[in-house]
Amino acid sequence: MYVAVKGGERAIDNAHRLLAEKRRGNRSLADITPEQISEQLALGVDRVMSEGSLYDRGLAALAIKQARGDMIEAVFLVRASRTTLARFGYSVAIDTGAMEISRRISATFKDLPGGQVLGPTFDYTHRLLDCGLETDSSPEPAAMAPVSDEATPHVLGLLDKQGLIEPASSGGAQAESEPGDMTRDPLSFPVDRDVRLQMLARGDEGFLLALGYSTQRGYARNHPFAGEIRVGMVEVCFVPEELGFAVCIGDIEITECEMVNQFKGSKSAPPQFTRGYGISFGHCERKAMSMAQVDRALRAGELDEDRTAPAQDEEFVLSHCDNVQATGFVEHLKLPHYVDFQSELELVRRMRREQGADRQEAAE
Amino acid sequence: MTQQFTTSDRQDWMAVLARAPAQLLGELWSAFDAKPEFRSLREPETGLVMVRARAGGEGAQFNMGEATVTRCSVISSTGRTGHAYVLGRDVNHARSAAEIDAGLQDASLFADLHRAIIQPLQQAHDEARQLHRGKVAATKVDFFTLVRGEDD
Repeated sequence: MYVAVKGGERAIDNAHRLLAEKRRGNRSLADITPEQISEQLALGVDRVMSEGSLYDRGLAALAIKQARGDMIEAVFLVRASRTTLARFGYSVAIDTGAMEISRRISATFKDLPGGQVLGPTFDYTHRLLDCGLETDSSPEPAAMAPVSDEATPHVLGLLDKQGLIEPASSGGAQAESEPGDMTRDPLSFPVDRDVRLQMLARGDEGFLLALGYSTQRGYARNHPFAGEIRVGMVEVCFVPEELGFAVCIGDIEITECEMVNQFKGSKSAPPQFTRGYGISFGHCERKAMSMAQVDRALRAGELDEDRTAPAQDEEFVLSHCDNVQATGFVEHLKLPHYVDFQSELELVRRMRREQGADRQEAAE
Repeated sequence: MTQQFTTSDRQDWMAVLARAPAQLLGELWSAFDAKPEFRSLREPETGLVMVRARAGGEGAQFNMGEATVTRCSVISSTGRTGHAYVLGRDVNHARSAAEIDAGLQDASLFADLHRAIIQPLQQAHDEARQLHRGKVAATKVDFFTLVRGEDD
């Protein structure tokens, strides 16, 4: 039970003033701007956009500044900001096959139509701290190479053509039916894959990473291969009512991961590979990979697999993957529970009194 | 008024306007002399569009997350209605895009506006894209296999 307590107004005001001073830090250093955060801490901005479920680099960067770099607090601020805006409608589904690629790799096929490009990646770095960044970060310009116009179709399409993998549309509604929207309709389990994907896309990276990891360690084994990871810009199109036709409203950066998993077949399906799908705003590769693993694990029921592990438990995963919900409930424990605790205290005292009396009786 | 452009033409220029760097768009538009007068039908307003994606990239749709969008509608003194929907929160970008959309529907303005605004924006977009593609192409992996033959 929470009982309102008055009397802390001045303390709260002053705490917020202190917070503002702490946020500013040492005033002999330059104040950091959201533009600097957006440019130089870009992956942090991407994470806040992803988990805040709102694509807006400027707002995410501002949230990171306001939250003093506390990412979950920043996600919370973005989610709160989102609720103040009206929704104009739903976009046409993005076409990730037509992505303007900045990174594309496959761990299943060496030679792909369109080739493998590493793009800006931490992979193959030595993870040694670079002291050069302490004083100067004017790197040499990126290398250039001749551009090829080869298309970059989805890698798993190669397997699909041979019938060795389930179709991309498996496990969901028909391709053009209206998908569920958990921001409009309350969740009621079990949910379809469309709603699961929506929730996972805004889910906490750490939580999904741990669950994805658990599937590799034997809790819901499903042998994932990274069929394809691609990062790049995709066009967003929208059909305004007043126009009645689709218009491109701009481009957004997306990370997409398609995992390929073993499947031994069932009564109705021959042995073939299955899919797990992960996607995020911005460049959030770890998140997209983890999401793909968890998406695949949650398809256990549909694929006639035994549900034995946490990652396969839809209600458990979806009820706990949202870090704003999670932090709200955990952090509310900081608020005064004085009356609650008084009654607990009374109870413990009474029990001890009774036990003490019992003991005395037994001794006599 | 006979319409001298197709829906596809209009989609093309609206895409160029939406994608344009806001600052460049603003500079080109303010440098354009032969502007008609515009009246606002709907003041610039920022809201959200829920972005949809597809499971497996090409399967069933799902709602992925929202993006900020700013829209604006204007009517020109020659009676053309211009609309703009632009990702982000830049009200000036949306207003300029709506005004130019109205202007481009005017046969007497189309050629000049296209030359003064759409072409340079398209060119800037193409140049930025080529630069990006060149940098990405330099990170392409050229696999080669080491032959590890058995000793005989």
